[in-house]
This record gives sequence, structure tokens and C-alpha cells, in this order.
Amino acid sequence: MKAKIIVTPKKAVLDPQGKTVASALEHMGYKGIGAVHVGKYLEIELSGTDKEAWRKQIDDACHKILSNPVIEDYRFEIE
Amino acid sequence: MNFAVLQFPASNCDQDAVHVLKNVLGHSARLVWHKENSLAGIDAVVIPGGFSYGDYLRTGAIARFSPIMQAVQQFAANGGPVLGICNGFQILCEAGLLPGALIRNRSLQFRCENIFIKTATSDSPFTNKIAEGKILRVPIAHGEGCYFADDATLNKLQTNRQVLWQYCTAAGDLAETANPNGSLLNIAGVCNEARNVAGLMPHPERASEPLLGCADGKAIFESLIQWLQNRSLAKAA
Repeated sequence: MKAKIIVTPKKAVLDPQGKTVASALEHMGYKGIGAVHVGKYLEIELSGTDKEAWRKQIDDACHKILSNPVIEDYRFEIE
Repeated sequence: MNFAVLQFPASNCDQDAVHVLKNVLGHSARLVWHKENSLAGIDAVVIPGGFSYGDYLRTGAIARFSPIMQAVQQFAANGGPVLGICNGFQILCEAGLLPGALIRNRSLQFRCENIFIKTATSDSPFTNKIAEGKILRVPIAHGEGCYFADDATLNKLQTNRQVLWQYCTAAGDLAETANPNGSLLNIAGVCNEARNVAGLMPHPERASEPLLGCADGKAIFESLIQWLQNRSLAKAA
């Protein structure tokens, strides 16, 4: 099994990286580019088959260390 | 007084901090490796700058779980003074010992230069020897020093006078042009509600000797020493 986690900056947080990427896309000629937000993707391989047990643990890990709740949001899937 | 200067893998300003406390200010200071788990006999903790754990995941995110940090949490809960410098400030925010977070500089540049900070209050163990409004010239060297907190937290910081230093011009204006990293309210350093834990992005340990060009930073360490001495006297009384 695998946990696939996406960590993104909260809407209220300044995202100069996102702005820079949006600007670069425009300069490259892509039209109609809106806001860009740069986040993080993590893949964690998990042992066993108990999806629900892992869901709770991954949520805990996301809250405690994999994201900083002051500045980031997260979502994940377990497959 | 006995100071502990923590050392994580890739801390790099630990020796400078020990040098200032020991050789410039004449107190006992020792490096404490992150795997140790006791702060017995220690009067104050300094968490130095650097790139602990390579800034992997987020700056300070992994260091906050090092074994020594449990002792630091206990030390701080018991009222012990803790000063975080640069990466140390980041670690304290990640550890929840200080509010807010430090994110990437708004310019996306690593800024390495001398700047000015204005002392917002003398009412703390870290600023009691610095007049309110006093401007200090200190160096910064960081890529992720933009202080962020939500509006409710920022209001609380201001109401409680928890903002200790703000970036300013040489003349003391809290102008945007004087802000090297986009920090909200030009915040360069804050303390917790109990006022015993503080963090700042600039490096006072690099500005404590005239030989290095400026000694404005020394007053921060002197304030801490004064506070510790006052506390000793109060206990003895």
C-alpha cells in the first residue's frame, strides 16, 4: 500500500514561488494562466493491508510533522 | 551563568554563539549535541543558526523532534530562558514554543547583509538592557526568514507586546524598503506569552565584537545575563 500526500501552502500565505512560476509560464507564451501555487508531494510505502488503521496514522503524521498547520494544508489517499 | 548552545546536524553558528558567551562575555557555555537529553545545571539555552538537517521537509521541521528538544520543552515550561537565532527561531516555531512560522523570503533571494532592527520593547529577558526604540545594526543571512502568522495571532502579538524587534531603516522607519524578507509587520523577532522564549532571524552573535564591524548584538546577550543575575538574587532573597 502507498500513501500519496499533497501538501500545499494555505491560501492566506504569501506564495512568491507560485507567482514566479506563473510569471514564467506567461513569458513562455501560455495564455490564460491564473494563480499558481507550489506545494509538495510525498509518497510513503506502507506495510500490511489495513487501510483504515493507516489512514488515522497518516493523518496524524501529516498534522504533526509532514505539514506545518500554521502555513500548510494537506490531503492524502491510501492506495 | 551556564549556557547551553544546541548543536544539530548542520547547525553552523554554534561556535560563534559559544565564543561570544564565553570569550566576549566571560560566562560558561558548552555545546550540547542534539542527542543528549538533559539540560541539568543549565541556566539558559541558545539554539543557533544553520541548516539543521539540511532544511529538509521544512526548515527546523526535523530538528524539533531531536531528543534534546524534549528537555528544551520542559526547560521552557519551567520558565527557563531560550533564545533561538535564525534556524533556532525556525526550530522554536516548528516546536510550537513560539507562534507563527518562517517561510521563504518574498524576493525568493537568500539575503546576506547588514540590516537595522528597532527594539519594540525593553520588557523581556532579551531586551531589558536595550532602550525601547533603540536601533541595532546586525547581519542577516537567510533564505527563509519571512515571518508569517494569521491575523488573530498578529493582533495578539501586538497587544501582548510579544514583538521584540522589527526591521527598520537607519532612521528607524518601519518601511517596506527596510524589510529584507517580506515578514508581516516587519517582524524580525518575537517572544512567547510567558516572555521566556524568544527568536530572531538576525545574528547578534556575529555583531558582538567591534573587531567584526559592529557590536550592537551584544546587548541582547547582556540583557539575558542581567535577567539571569536578577533572578538569582531574587531566589537568594
